[in-house]
Order: sequence, then structure tokens, then C-alpha cells
Amino acid sequence: MIGLQHYLVVSTILFVMGVLGIFINRKNIIVILMAVELILLSVNLNLVAFSAYLGDLVGQVFSMFVLTVAAGEAAIGLAILVIYFRSRGTIAVDDANRMKG
Amino acid sequence: MIQLFAFYLFASIMIASGALTIFARNPVHSVLWLILAFFNAAGLMVLLGAEFIAMLLVIVYVGAVAVLFLFVVMMLNIDYAELRAGFVSYLPFGLLIAVILAAEILLGVGIWQAGPVELAQRAAPVPQDLPNIEAIGTLLYTRYIFLFEVAGLVLLVAMIGAIVLTHRSRDGVRGQNIDRQNRRRPQDATVNVNQPVGKGVEL
Repeated sequence: MIGLQHYLVVSTILFVMGVLGIFINRKNIIVILMAVELILLSVNLNLVAFSAYLGDLVGQVFSMFVLTVAAGEAAIGLAILVIYFRSRGTIAVDDANRMKG
Repeated sequence: MIQLFAFYLFASIMIASGALTIFARNPVHSVLWLILAFFNAAGLMVLLGAEFIAMLLVIVYVGAVAVLFLFVVMMLNIDYAELRAGFVSYLPFGLLIAVILAAEILLGVGIWQAGPVELAQRAAPVPQDLPNIEAIGTLLYTRYIFLFEVAGLVLLVAMIGAIVLTHRSRDGVRGQNIDRQNRRRPQDATVNVNQPVGKGVEL
């Protein structure tokens, strides 16, 4: 039988990989959004692993909610990306300071 | 035994494709590696006995979110080589942060112990006689119905937000004017002409 710790280690590695992706692709916001998706995936894995090992279904219900929010976040993020590209012609976000008010 | 093999297969492919997602040169390749990572995560969910979440991962993530990413990546005409300019300079710092974060979390996981779990205190114990989807359905449509509806509202707000953000009204587009269409009558639009033979039509 596979222990809970196995799943926790796997999801930890995936989480850290998402954080690393945000750090190293600081200009490319598309890859940053993908890294955020990786982070949310690892969180989902964590929730489902605990749900399975505690025999409690609430973890899976909550995981579904996280999935919903992740889908909405991707849609809004990409919409903002599209209008940003339309107005500036680039998606380099390291100088995205026009929303400073 | 076969479970252990499947776990290591799914986990290693998922982590490898996660790494390739963030290291790939071409964002299209990144999206494809992300899809592979989602598929393997779905496999891990099946191993855990959460078939419904696994199906949701395949349908929602692979079918909707990843395709949305692919669509945007291919739609925008971007010079990706320029965006990778600072990649090497950010790499050591990022790796340092990642190693510290991983070490801390793994340390926490290592010393964590579940202790005696009070089985009576579980919020929704897994019913033994129902399949996973049925159990989640009964839970979701009864006790967590408000959570379910709020999830629907979140999706609605996201949809309206995305439409409002990306919608633009352009000039010179021949749109449909329904009011004008409905006001149009046959006698205004057509005319009878007594056409003499051998002459052109005057319109």
C-alpha cells in the first residue's frame, strides 16, 4: 500500500516546481499562469490524498471548489493578457506598471 | 505491487512534465507538457480512489483550461526569445528559493504524524456501499449545496468578466439591426416594374 507521505512528497515537489516556474519565467506571463496551475494541481493532489487516507469526502468536495476557482482564474488571467497584448503589443510583464493608477 | 508501480510511474512522469512545463523554450511545448502533467495527476487521483476528481481533471483542465492556454499562446504573435532574456540570471536565485522551500516543506512532512484519528469526528465519512461519484453527488447536492451554487456563481462571474474584458466594439462592421429588420415591410423593400422588352432595367 502506498503511504500518505508518498503523495505529500510528490505534491510538495510539484508545488515547489510551480514556485520555481514563477521565479525563472518572470517576463513570460503565460508560463507564470501555467506555473500557478501546477501549484493548484499540487494542492488538489494534497487535498484528495488526505481525503482518501482519512476516509472523509469533504476533501474531494473542497478540491472541486479549488478546481472551479482555478478554471475561473485561468480564464480571467488570459483575458487580461489578451487585452494587455492588444494595447501594448507585447506581454513582457516586468514593466507592467501602467495600472499603477 | 502493481499499485506501487503505477504510483511511481504516474508520479515520476508528472514531476518530469511539470519541470519541462517551466523549462521549455516554446510556450506551446509548455502547454503540451502541462497537459501530460494533468493526465498523470488524474492517474494518481484514480489510484487514490477519487474517480470523480480524476474525470474532472481530464475534462476541465485538459479539455478547457489547457486548450484555452493553447489558444491564447497561438493567437498572440509574440517574440518568445525576447521574453526568455533574463532566464539564466533568474535561475540561481529561483533554484535557491525552490530548494529552501522544498527542504522546509519536506522537513515538515517528515516530522508530521497523523496521530490517532478520531473516526467519529469526520465531517463526511466515505460510505462503503456507494461508488465514489454517487457518494460525492449525494454530499454535494444536500449538505454542500450552497458551496456548489457559489462555485457556479464564481464561474458565471469569471465568464462575464472575461467577455467584458475582451469585448471591443469596432467601426465599419455591418452588425445586425433587429429593430430595423422588423420594421421593414414588403411594400417598402420591393417594387413592381413593367419592363419593356429590349431595354435595360432601371433600378
